[in-house]
Amino acid sequence: MSANTHSVHGAGGHAAAHAEVTLSGYLTGFGLSVVLTAVPFWLVMTGALGDKQLTAFVIMAFAAVQIVVHMIYFLHMNTASENGWTMMALIFTIIMVVIAMTGSLWVMHHLNLNMMPTHNMNGMR
Amino acid sequence: MSINVNPAQTYEPIFYVADEHEHPEGASTMLGFWIYLMSDCLIFAILFATFGVLGGNYAAGPAPKDLFDLSQAALNTSMLLLSSITYGFAMLSMQNSRVGATQAWLAITGLFGLAFLGIEISEFAHMIHEGATPERSAFLSSFFTLVGTHGLHVTFGLIWMVTLMTQVWRFGLIEANRRRLMCLSMFWHFLDVVWIGVFTFVYLMGMLR
Repeated sequence: MSANTHSVHGAGGHAAAHAEVTLSGYLTGFGLSVVLTAVPFWLVMTGALGDKQLTAFVIMAFAAVQIVVHMIYFLHMNTASENGWTMMALIFTIIMVVIAMTGSLWVMHHLNLNMMPTHNMNGMR
Repeated sequence: MSINVNPAQTYEPIFYVADEHEHPEGASTMLGFWIYLMSDCLIFAILFATFGVLGGNYAAGPAPKDLFDLSQAALNTSMLLLSSITYGFAMLSMQNSRVGATQAWLAITGLFGLAFLGIEISEFAHMIHEGATPERSAFLSSFFTLVGTHGLHVTFGLIWMVTLMTQVWRFGLIEANRRRLMCLSMFWHFLDVVWIGVFTFVYLMGMLR
């Protein structure tokens, strides 16, 4: 048994983890990225959507999709590489990033609100 | 209080004395480098969070609308995106063991990277000339820290690229050089991923504020 796993491990098990890169993969990723970059710039430059809040949400959605496109087509992320450890590291990082970002923005937003000069100081006298 | 110890089941103890088997050299490099990139990701996440908190504090100074030129940002974005696809072509050439093509695509990637840096530096110089220095407001401090850190990464990526081109020129596409080129590939594409965040949150959202 141990001899068996050994040979599997040694016989390019690691090398095979890096899948072949393909021209079509890169071109697909590039094409998608161009579209996903051009549309947000066009939306903001022309103000095509009118509403700023809506535009902000749309360009954030485009950014999120483009990040996934880059991860798949350029960084070749998949659940199989390195026995799934790259994906585990990525998921862990995403959790940390979400906690750090939302936590900071949330706390500081409320701090900002509480530190605002009060409109009516009469109650303080 | 009954512990059933069946004498028939007490078999000989088995000792696992097998050593950790040999890994081929550099077998864990890619995973290790990926974990480094994830830690880098945390740095950028904190810088983005800082920018998110401070990005609206202009201290009566210039706001994004007064400073940013979206067509320039678009040009910069396209430079980095083009450098990503040319690096991809370099990896394809490497896969086909074509040394000359690999070197050529790496050189083209480097030129796009240089163009990106040049545009960014001229933008920074223009801003500083107009008095929009990092110490002008919290918005500008966080802007220069975030975008500058990204630019610094690109700079080191370029230095690394020149180093690897020299390596490939000296030793060819040996296994170690392939591994190094794959690491730089991850680094370079990762910088492009960070730039997606920069142009979305800093430039585009800045113009919407």
